[in-house]
Amino acid sequence: MTTLSRSGRPAAAAPPTLMKGNDAMAEAAIQAGCDAYFGYPITPQAELLEWMARRMPELGRVFVQAESELGAINMALGAAATGARVLVSSSSPGISLMAEGMSYLAGSELPLVLVNVMRGGPGLGSIGPAQSDYFQATKGHGHGDYRVPVLAPASIAEAADLVAEAFTLAERYRTPVIVLVDGVIGQAMEPIVPDWRHPARVPGGWELTGAAGRPARVVRSLHLRPEDLEAHNDHLQAKFATIAEREMRWAAESLDDAEVAIVAYGTAARVARTAIERARDDGVRVGLFRPISLWPFPSRELATRVRRLRAVVVVELSAGQMVEDVRLAVAGDVPVFFHGRTGGVVPTPGEVVEAVRRAWALTAPVDADEPDPVQLVYG
Amino acid sequence: MTLETAPPRVLYAHPASLTDRASHYCPGCGHGIVHRLIAELIDELDLGERAIGVASVGCSVFIYDYLDIDFVEAPHGRAPAVATGVRRLRPDAFVFTYQGDGDLAAIGTAEIVHAAARGERIAIVFVNNGVYGMTGGQMAPTSLLGQRTTSTPAGRDPTLAGYPIPITEMLALVPGVSYAARGSVADPATIGRTKGYLRRAFEAQLRGEGLSIVEILSTCPVGWGMTAPEAMEHLARVVVETYPTGVIVDRRQPHPPQEA
Repeated sequence: MTTLSRSGRPAAAAPPTLMKGNDAMAEAAIQAGCDAYFGYPITPQAELLEWMARRMPELGRVFVQAESELGAINMALGAAATGARVLVSSSSPGISLMAEGMSYLAGSELPLVLVNVMRGGPGLGSIGPAQSDYFQATKGHGHGDYRVPVLAPASIAEAADLVAEAFTLAERYRTPVIVLVDGVIGQAMEPIVPDWRHPARVPGGWELTGAAGRPARVVRSLHLRPEDLEAHNDHLQAKFATIAEREMRWAAESLDDAEVAIVAYGTAARVARTAIERARDDGVRVGLFRPISLWPFPSRELATRVRRLRAVVVVELSAGQMVEDVRLAVAGDVPVFFHGRTGGVVPTPGEVVEAVRRAWALTAPVDADEPDPVQLVYG
Repeated sequence: MTLETAPPRVLYAHPASLTDRASHYCPGCGHGIVHRLIAELIDELDLGERAIGVASVGCSVFIYDYLDIDFVEAPHGRAPAVATGVRRLRPDAFVFTYQGDGDLAAIGTAEIVHAAARGERIAIVFVNNGVYGMTGGQMAPTSLLGQRTTSTPAGRDPTLAGYPIPITEMLALVPGVSYAARGSVADPATIGRTKGYLRRAFEAQLRGEGLSIVEILSTCPVGWGMTAPEAMEHLARVVVETYPTGVIVDRRQPHPPQEA
């Protein structure tokens, strides 16, 4: 692997560089061979667009500031149909507009990497960091029966790595891939070693180049005959099953001796780490299970790791979205508690410690004559 | 005495880039005529191996069944954005969209206006039949005043449903548009002129000029509640009063001098 620094010089002795998350993700895409970027300004992802506006023309690659997120995602659709490596980025309200295109890209089996730097919602919401688009990213966005891989980094270095990884997944499975970060990861600066990844291209054979010396090709999502569409959907579902089997990603920290597990991703996982240190100082043995792929959700691994624990506490920058997947994964084997803040408010480590203590207290072995406190929580 | 006869000359044949597939369009629909004009030009300009078409939502989405070239299917109204992506990544391709009036002049106004503003190197074939045909004949932005449709059963009333939108004239104001014209499929002479407009619009792209658009007035006998001959008559006599045909703007650069 040839490693290039941001200036293009070999990075053998490259020192860590302080980079903003949005800038790092943009440069990671460039280093990963991104041929085209299409975007529309929105806070808190605008620096990503600005980075691409400066760098892509320098490299003779394509940058277009679109008239809207609808325009951007559809330019991306056209570019992806030519077999190009394409990046789009936006933030929550813009992702809602891109949802239409995501459905068409998924239906047409076109590779794309989409970065969502999440802000508070619903509606215009706020520009503060949030994780309130978990449902949108993992369960839906556009219409139709489809899924797309969703990768959730918890640091700026990991964000850069996962952008490169997302291009590989996108091409391997001919699918859009979402890199889901909250506004903290987009806006904060951290030192990263500029050890950029350069994923190999997956050969196509389906892309539009003009029908020279081969039969004409059509990139489409329309299949009017019900039997045709069902066959197409069966094919997509088989692909999703393969992705679900092979592409689960997670990280476990301090879980080996834990009695309580915090499940959190992105910035919530960072807060959880600090909370875990404090709780352990106080004698409560807490660990962290951090999903990195939110779809496919690492249900099997999570269940295996936490099934015999006393309690699970899910921490999110939302009113509680991933917690549903956690409950599905553990299937009632362990009580699942939730702590979240919304609107751009980031939970403090102190709040998380408090949530852990509460879960700890409520799951204390009960006297047979006393009402079960867990039942009180669940109603 | 020997009778000299000229060798046979082909006046009309099946274009090579038009497939043999039977048409799904209704009797009297103009899409088949426009498809054929495009196929003839693809053959005449030798574009078959470099053309990438963008199909849009409406009856004509199946254009890729009739033209034997690469195609990508766009969401409703987004064809100019999709074409932007294709052309920016494939600068040597000939890229065109094929859009109806609901697609281009209603849901897709932002995409066409800004593709024009950027001067994208794409050709737009805009077929205006003044009605949403595929969904059952509802009012289109281009429906005539007084036109009865399934969503204007008493006729289009401008106080309730606004006025027909002269979108091609509006686009012609934008400097990024190299060529804009309006033709029709009403009769053979007009069809011939319309082919000339399309040829100029396509050639503008081969010479790297800005966005070119040809609006083609067409028919929808079913959506209009008419027979096929009545619809052609209506097109020739009534529709053209709201939408006059001819070249609207021509900003193409002068042709380079021809080699001797």
